Amino acid sequence: MTTRIVELRRGILKKNDELAAGLRGRYGAAGVLVLNLVSSPGTGKTAFLEFTLRELRARGAKVAALVGDLETDNDARRLAASGAPVRQINTHGICHLDAEMIDKHLAGWEGVSLEGLEYLFIENVGNLVCPSSYDLGEKIRVALLSVTEGEDKPLKYPTLFNSADAAVITKMDIAEPCGFDRDLALKNINEIRPGIRIFETSAKTGAGMDEWLDYLAEARGAHRS
Amino acid sequence: MHELSIAASIVDAVTESAAAYPGARVKEVRLRVGALASVIEDSLQFCWGITTEGTPLEGAKLVVKILPVVTHCEACGKDGELQSLQSFRCPHCGEPCSDLRQGREMEIDSIEIDEVEEAV
Repeated sequence: MTTRIVELRRGILKKNDELAAGLRGRYGAAGVLVLNLVSSPGTGKTAFLEFTLRELRARGAKVAALVGDLETDNDARRLAASGAPVRQINTHGICHLDAEMIDKHLAGWEGVSLEGLEYLFIENVGNLVCPSSYDLGEKIRVALLSVTEGEDKPLKYPTLFNSADAAVITKMDIAEPCGFDRDLALKNINEIRPGIRIFETSAKTGAGMDEWLDYLAEARGAHRS
Repeated sequence: MHELSIAASIVDAVTESAAAYPGARVKEVRLRVGALASVIEDSLQFCWGITTEGTPLEGAKLVVKILPVVTHCEACGKDGELQSLQSFRCPHCGEPCSDLRQGREMEIDSIEIDEVEEAV
């Protein structure tokens, strides 16, 4: 019997990473800007996305959304009211979306092809930990945080906020009654992800949403060229 | 929460690689995991025990090496190890750093196996 050390040097999530790289190539070839929205449960991802889908459609853009939850298709039904094609992904207990789930749900999505889209939004399962490890091939990862959650959320979950490309603060319309310390929140986000673009929004009043929509249009322009 | 999926991915990867050494027993699996990889070692060890039970990997030891976050500072040009994840600033000059050179790794570095010497 001999003992031997075998060097593997292989990514634990290699399968996911390879699938995600394949998806990224397909998104790029189709010219669709893909965003992955990540936050705690209850931050208001769905309300934020409802507003975004509705407004982008009003601007004439071709949009669609995939939405992840452990169970129920409630969010898909809410989002479908925007008129955009929406498909629910039920993970049945799994705490994050992975590239394989996205691949499967893109296949056989009736009436929707990547080539026919300009924007695809992926609303991840409400969780601030696990989704940060799973690349979905997205161009932009958006971390959302509501004014009710506490200004130190980015410090508590640095792994997610550090991997984000943009940050969105939601429910700004109730910032004052919640005693939300805006300066502190902005400072904390910047400590974890220096220089990140931050949007202060309310899906209820529409505050900050124009800036967000302009950012999307710019990002898509840059993505295509 | 996702340590169970991670443990399952490790089992798959190691089983696949160990297949090149028929009859060998895997004694140890060594990982390199970045401090920003959102992996909790205790839960991973717990899930490793459950996932390997009843498989050829049962009893194999999982060794996790945690790698600190290394930043590269554009202001002073130096690389530095972060002591905490509460502030992404250059440890040398204090400027904010968004360029990370290490800290997100999640990989199987090597495995230690006992090979059966084949009587030919």
